[in-house]
Amino acid sequence: MTTTPTHITRPREVDTEAAKDDSQLRQKQMISGHFDKLATAKEDGRAVAYTFVPGNLTELMLALDMLPVLPEINALQSGMRKLSGNYITEAEKLGHSEDVCTYVKCDIGMMKSGNIGPTGTKLPDPNILLLSYTGCFTFMKWFELLKEEYNCPVAMLHVPYQGDGHITPEMRTYVIEQLEREVIPALEKAAGKKLDLDRLSDLLERSRKAEDDLVAVWESAQNTPSPIDGYFGGVYYIGPIFSAFRGTQDACDYYAMLRREVEQRVKEGKGPVTPDGDAPEEKYRLVVEGPPNWTNFFDFWRMFSREGATVVSSTYTRVGGLYDTGFRHDPKDPLGTLADYCLGCYTNLNLPMRTKLLASYIEKYKADGFLINSVKSCNSFSAGQLLMLRELERKTGVPGGFIESDLVDPRYFGKANIENRVQSYLQMLEARKSRASA
Amino acid sequence: MTHHEAENTTNDPASAVLERARHFVDDLTLTEVVRWKKDHPGQLAVGYMPIYVPRPMLEGIGCLPVAMFGGGDQVDIIKGDSFYQSYICHIPRSTLELALNGSLDSLDGVLFPSICDVIRNLSGMWQMLFPEKYASYVDLPQNFDPELGGKFYVNDMARILRDLTARGAWKYDADKMRAAIAAENSRRAALKELDTLRVKEPFRVRASEAYLVARAGGLLEAAAHEKLVREFVAAAKQRAPRVYDNVRVLVRGSFCEQPPLGLIKTLEAAGCDIVDDDFQLGLRYIDGDIECGPSDDPMRAIATAFLRRGQATASRYIADEEKGAALVQSVRQVEAEGVIFAAASFCDPALLDQPMLEAALDRAKIPHTSLKFAENTGQFQVIREQAGAFSDAVKLWGSAA
Ligand code: SF4
Ligand code: SF4
Repeated sequence: MTTTPTHITRPREVDTEAAKDDSQLRQKQMISGHFDKLATAKEDGRAVAYTFVPGNLTELMLALDMLPVLPEINALQSGMRKLSGNYITEAEKLGHSEDVCTYVKCDIGMMKSGNIGPTGTKLPDPNILLLSYTGCFTFMKWFELLKEEYNCPVAMLHVPYQGDGHITPEMRTYVIEQLEREVIPALEKAAGKKLDLDRLSDLLERSRKAEDDLVAVWESAQNTPSPIDGYFGGVYYIGPIFSAFRGTQDACDYYAMLRREVEQRVKEGKGPVTPDGDAPEEKYRLVVEGPPNWTNFFDFWRMFSREGATVVSSTYTRVGGLYDTGFRHDPKDPLGTLADYCLGCYTNLNLPMRTKLLASYIEKYKADGFLINSVKSCNSFSAGQLLMLRELERKTGVPGGFIESDLVDPRYFGKANIENRVQSYLQMLEARKSRASA
Repeated sequence: MTHHEAENTTNDPASAVLERARHFVDDLTLTEVVRWKKDHPGQLAVGYMPIYVPRPMLEGIGCLPVAMFGGGDQVDIIKGDSFYQSYICHIPRSTLELALNGSLDSLDGVLFPSICDVIRNLSGMWQMLFPEKYASYVDLPQNFDPELGGKFYVNDMARILRDLTARGAWKYDADKMRAAIAAENSRRAALKELDTLRVKEPFRVRASEAYLVARAGGLLEAAAHEKLVREFVAAAKQRAPRVYDNVRVLVRGSFCEQPPLGLIKTLEAAGCDIVDDDFQLGLRYIDGDIECGPSDDPMRAIATAFLRRGQATASRYIADEEKGAALVQSVRQVEAEGVIFAAASFCDPALLDQPMLEAALDRAKIPHTSLKFAENTGQFQVIREQAGAFSDAVKLWGSAA
C-alpha cells in the first residue's frame, strides 16, 4: 500500500500556493534528482533495489549506494496521471484477477507497457528485489510475480506481525538475525560492496533528525485552525521520508524547512494549503483511516477542503513509519533500530492497536469526527474496518463516516456517490455541533 | 483416463462410514466438541482457521484441535455481513456468524495462522469481540533456515503452549508431545493411503467422498480420525468397479474457504476424476512424517517438518525454487491430464498465485481452466458447463484449447 505522491509531477490544476512553498520546490528537486540518477544507474554502475514503503530499509540501501525504486509509488503516480486504468486492464488481460490488489496490477501493467517512469524515461530493471514483508501479505505475491519477470535475486525479510499487540524480544531477534545473515549479505552482493556500519549509523542519525521535524509537523495540527491537512496534504509531507531519502541531508533540510513553514502558518493563524490555495475557515476537524484514492485525488480532497473540513491526523501517513508514538531511529543500534522500525509500521499493528491509535488521534487533535476510506484493493487495511468504526464510535463518542473507493482503479471511484456521502456526513457533524451549542 | 466408477447403491460398503464423516462435517454447532469436552473434563478445545497449525502441538498438551472452515452453504448470514465490505471473501463472515450465534462457544480459544491479511485481521477482531476467549495469531515463518525461521517458530509455539497452559491445558511434557506426533504421523499415513487409492483407482473413491472423510478429521483427535479413514479405505476397496470415461484432473486454490460439496460433485458430474486437490491442505500440509526420535526435541521436530516438508501453497513464500514447479510435479505424480483452479472469490493469496501457476503449467504444456466460487454458491450450471467443456477438450485434444 503505502505510498506518497512525491514522485508526481504536480498537475497544473494544483499549481497554487502549495506548489510555491519552498519545501515543495525542494521536494520536487530531490525527486527529479533521484529519477535522473535512476535513468543513468546502469551506466553509473549503481545497483537498483525495488522495495516497499512499509518496512523500507532505505538507510541500509543508501549505505550501500543502492538506488531504491518503490513500485507502490509507481502505481500511485500512474493513478494520479490517469494511466492506471489502462495498466490494470492490461494486467487483467494477462490473466490477473479483477478481485486482487490494483497496485500490483497497475505495476505489472506499467512494466508490460515499457516501465516508463514519471519523467518519461524507462525505469532501470532491479538488481535485487528487497522484499520487506511488513504488514501486507500481498507484498510477497507481488515480488514473486516480479521475480518471474526480472529473474533477479530476492532478499526476503519476514517481519512478524504484532498479533498480540506488542513486539516480543523473539520477534526483534528474528528480524535482526535475518538482516545480519541473509538480507545484508544479499544486498552487499547486489551492490558489489561491503556494508560500513558507521556510515549506516550516520544515515540513521539524520533519519532521527528528520523524524523529529516530521512529528513536529504532525503535532502542529493540535492548533486551531490546523496549519496542515494531515491526510491530503500529509501524503506530500511523507514523500521524502517514506521513499528514497530517509537518512539523507536532503531529507533533513526538507523537513526542517517544512517545519519552519508550518510554524509560520501557525503564527499567522492560517489553515492548511489546499488545491484552491489557503483553506477557508476551519469548520470540521477530522481524523481519517485508510489510504486515499489517487485517480481522483484532487476531486476527493476538494470534497473536504471546500467545506472547511481539515484532516488533522490520519493513519495512512503512518504506514511507512509510526513516529508520533515515540519511535526514532537509533544510530547506536543500527540493526536493532531497523527491526523496531519495521515491526512498528502502522499496518503491522493489530486491529485493537489500530483502533487505539485512532482513538488517541481523535482525542489529541480534538476531532469532530472520523472517516474511514475503505479501499477495495487492500485487505490489509480494509478487513475489519467496519468493526473499528463501531468500536471507535463507542469509545470516543465521536461519529464516524464510511466511504468506499479504490487506490488506483478508476472503476471504483464513484464521484457522485462519494460526494453525497461526504456531504451528508459533514451535514450530520454540523447538526451535531448546532445541537451542542444550542 | 479412468474407465471405471464405483457402484453407488444402497449396498455400498462405505455408506455407513461416509454417513458418519458427513455428520462430523455438518456439525457446525460443534456438538462433537461439546461431547469430547464432557468426556475429557478440564481439557481445552482450540479452534484454528485455515490452512495449517501444528495439531500435534495442541494434542500434546491435551487440547482438541478444531479446524474452522466457516459455515459453507449451511448458515444464514445475519450479523456476519455487517462486519465486511462486499469485496471481502465469505469465510470470515460465516465464521463470525457462527461465533456470534453461539455455535463456537465450546472453543476455549482460536488460532489464526498467517495465511492472508483477512485472517490476520480477523485475529484482532476476535480479540475485540470475544475478549474473554484466547485468540492468537500464529506467524508461521517465511524464512526456512532452521536457525532463523526455525528458531522463531519454536519460540512462537512455546508462547502458545505457555498461554494455553495458563488457561488450563496440560503442562508441556516432551513424551506426551512425541506421542501426539506419532499419532499425527499415523493419521497422515492413513490419509496417504486414501490419497493413493484415489489416484490409483479413482472409481473406488470419488473426490467428494475423500473430501468428507478427510474433513471429518477437523474435529477429531488424530487417532480417532485415523480409524475413520482406514475404515473408509477398507470399505472402498470392497466396492465393485464400473466402466466410465472420465478425465483425471487436479484442483488447486481452495485451501481456505471451502467449495460447497455440490461444486465438487458438479465437477465430478462434468466428467472429472479429481485425483488430487488442496481442499483439506491443512491435514496434509506436511509431506510425510514429522520425524521425531525418542530423544529428539519434539517442538524442533515439528518446526523442522514445517520448514523442510511444508507443501508449496499460496501463503508460503517460494524462495529459490521455481514457482509452480511443485504443482507440475504433482500433476505428473498423480498422472493428471489437466488442472482446474478453483479459488474463492476475492481470495488474494489464491488469485495472486494463479497467474504464476498457470505460466508454469503452460511451460509444461498441461491444460488448465479456472473458476471462482463462494462457500455458499448454490448455482452450479455455469461451472458444470465450463468443467464439461474442459474435460471434453482434454479428452479430444489433450488440451483445453
Ligand atoms: S494489499 Fe494494500 S498494503 Fe498490500 S500492496 Fe495492496 S494496497 Fe498495498
Ligand atoms: S478465502 Fe482467501 S482471502 Fe479469504 S480468508 Fe481465506 S485465504 Fe484469506
